[in-house]
Amino acid sequence: MNKIVVVDYGMGNLRSVAQALRAVAPEANVLISGEVADIQSADRIVLPGQGAMPDCMSSLRDSGVQEAVLNASRNKPLFGVCVGEQMLFDLSEEGNTPGLGLLPGKVVRFDLDGQLQADGSRFKVPQMGWNRVQQSRPHALWQDIPDQEYFYFVHSYYAQPDNAEHIVGMTDYGQLFACAVARDNIFATQFHPEKSAHAGLQLYKNFVHWNP
Amino acid sequence: MTLAKRIIPCLDVTAGRVVKGINFQELRDAGDPVEIARRYDAQGADEITFLDITASSDGRDLILPIIEAVASQVFIPLTVGGGVRTVADVRRLLNAGADKVGINTSAVTNPQLVADAAHKYGSQCIVVAIDAKNVAPGKWEVFTHGGRNATGLDAVEWAQNMARLGAGEILLTSMDKDGTRSGFDLGLTRAVSDAVSIPVIASGGVGGLQDLADGIKVGGADAVLAASIFHYGHHTVGEAKQFMAAQNIPMRLI
Repeated sequence: MNKIVVVDYGMGNLRSVAQALRAVAPEANVLISGEVADIQSADRIVLPGQGAMPDCMSSLRDSGVQEAVLNASRNKPLFGVCVGEQMLFDLSEEGNTPGLGLLPGKVVRFDLDGQLQADGSRFKVPQMGWNRVQQSRPHALWQDIPDQEYFYFVHSYYAQPDNAEHIVGMTDYGQLFACAVARDNIFATQFHPEKSAHAGLQLYKNFVHWNP
Repeated sequence: MTLAKRIIPCLDVTAGRVVKGINFQELRDAGDPVEIARRYDAQGADEITFLDITASSDGRDLILPIIEAVASQVFIPLTVGGGVRTVADVRRLLNAGADKVGINTSAVTNPQLVADAAHKYGSQCIVVAIDAKNVAPGKWEVFTHGGRNATGLDAVEWAQNMARLGAGEILLTSMDKDGTRSGFDLGLTRAVSDAVSIPVIASGGVGGLQDLADGIKVGGADAVLAASIFHYGHHTVGEAKQFMAAQNIPMRLI
């Protein structure tokens, strides 16, 4: 059976992620777990994250699962969500926090002070709400999802990958930024698929059946 | 390409049922929360807000199984407010499946709660709800306890303070307008939206679709919240979105 572990290191909306995975993969064994053994025996890993990057990184380290997550990232399909995406990079400007270093690049804050949106209203930070995702590269996880589909975002920071080949989705908020990244068996999004209605569920469904 | 403006149906919940009052009184039964939330999700609601208006602390935890049930079936953001007094309350609601927690009266009586909750769970999940009443031209005062108690606080300054303390969003309700179906207090909405750099949700007074559009175009709100026009079948969320999109407001249409 397909065993999917949502990594529990004390941060993030784990239940929502697990419920969305269960909704699209009723046949799978979806487990919220902070046990190394579960991560080792999992077929797929989801790394969520919410709140501040320094807290997320220290919780991941202190929970004792960081090594297991890094091991899993070598060959198992791994999906990072929100701060779980940001943690994959080398460094975040938020508290100058080193990340897991699985993707080269850094995480920076929106700097939109004084800029106005197309309708004349000011840009708010965090970006909170539904924005379009431009599929900048083909990827198995985009299957059956229209280009320019809306997904739900809540964030003040975003990743800047060094390697443009790792960018598979872009969103415009004051500037174009990478909102979906991928490399080999890793896929990660700044937006929240578990809160993005049909489009988000389709993305998780594609992940559940993905064989990179 | 741009961030869509949001339409947020609001469900007032007490004793496990959705109700809707006029000027915070005269409650009418409007149905089963899970069923209503599913209907709004299907219509394209961008988020759903639950306000627990249960007066007693005994009844407070009755909302948790409702949130759990909704969160297992509805995959859009859920905000829950009402009676949140401690960081432990915030945690319970988030654990039940809420994505954001609204803090209203306790933000006034204990502003540190906003700072502590934002620090612990992140600003993105802390919504400060402000109930405001017009007290002079261009001046609005913050009220608490469902609108019964005056605080002496200026609503615009209060919103700025809350943003500084770590609130991720402001849910702004005009008490003068709430339940009247005569439109948002656009002056209030514009004043707060211009004063803070976090998103503002306009609330209170929606009677028709143009009111929703005005909240965004005139009031400068990032999202609009309404209850009765959706509950009683006057309009669907989908109709509201089509109407607003026709006025060039960016909308997620489904």
